[in-house]
Amino acid sequence: MIRTIVFFGIGIFFGITLFKSEAASWFRIYEMFQFQSFHMYGIIGSALLFGMLFTFLLKRLNAKSLLDGKPLVIPDKDKSWKRYLYGGTLFGIGWALTGACPGPLFVLLGAGFIPVLVVIAAALIGTYAYGALRSKLPH
Amino acid sequence: MIDFLSQEWPWYISGPLIAIVLLLLLWTGKTFGMSSNLRTLCSALGAGRQHSFFDFDWKNQRWNLLVILGATVGGFLAAQYLTDGAPMSLNPKTIAQLQAFGIEDAGTAFLPDALFGMEHWTDPKILGMLVFGGFFVGFGTRYAGGCTSGHAITGLSNLQRGSLIAVIGFFIGGLFVNHFILPFLL
Repeated sequence: MIRTIVFFGIGIFFGITLFKSEAASWFRIYEMFQFQSFHMYGIIGSALLFGMLFTFLLKRLNAKSLLDGKPLVIPDKDKSWKRYLYGGTLFGIGWALTGACPGPLFVLLGAGFIPVLVVIAAALIGTYAYGALRSKLPH
Repeated sequence: MIDFLSQEWPWYISGPLIAIVLLLLLWTGKTFGMSSNLRTLCSALGAGRQHSFFDFDWKNQRWNLLVILGATVGGFLAAQYLTDGAPMSLNPKTIAQLQAFGIEDAGTAFLPDALFGMEHWTDPKILGMLVFGGFFVGFGTRYAGGCTSGHAITGLSNLQRGSLIAVIGFFIGGLFVNHFILPFLL
């Protein structure tokens, strides 16, 4: 029960932030790719700066999970590069077209933009297609 | 207080708040990655019977579904109760550019009505754009193993080389579409 409230609460906080920062807006993504505003770079950059600090501190202080006291595991990504370059580029195409990454999709749905359901459904099909083709793709 | 929160949140507030979401999720033993939910949803819908990639106990990922459920409610609350109706502070150049493409609500709406409006999304060209774009959001994030939250924020925060390559990819794809494809589509 506590866990449910914690993660649901983190989600609400995240959703409000994505909406109010306008990071969930197609317009802001368009403007970002036109290099016409610092806004999105400021959001991602400052999130990254504080994220680095928090990640460093959690590792340095050997922090334990707040929920069950187990040691924290912050997984490393694979050492390859192909999947990141190819997958990242394909995601970039989708991001510029729809103006939304997976988090904002759900925020927009909650904000009442019902046609976003089409994008979510297509994203599920895309995820499924990756799962089906995975063994044939270069990683 | 409500009036204060209803203004546009500047980047230097929003960015650190997103980092707090990362901190809370790491500190509760989880990770900050929203695209994983799409995989979890595929698994919950039964895709594990066809492909091993979805054959895992998705109930272990229930926490992440709760996060996006919360984000959905957060979007509702923000749109409903924390909106002052003031225009978005887009660059006037961006507004002029988009208006030249016929997107007249640039600066005043949250999403362009020409793409997401109830009367417009069924237009074959727009529908194609949403479906094609959505497909690559799902396909690309899973192929790359993360999206903006998983790579640009979590992965780079943890100094992962793969995440840097992924973010470069986001921009290769995004800049190409934004500069060479959108002018023909809009």
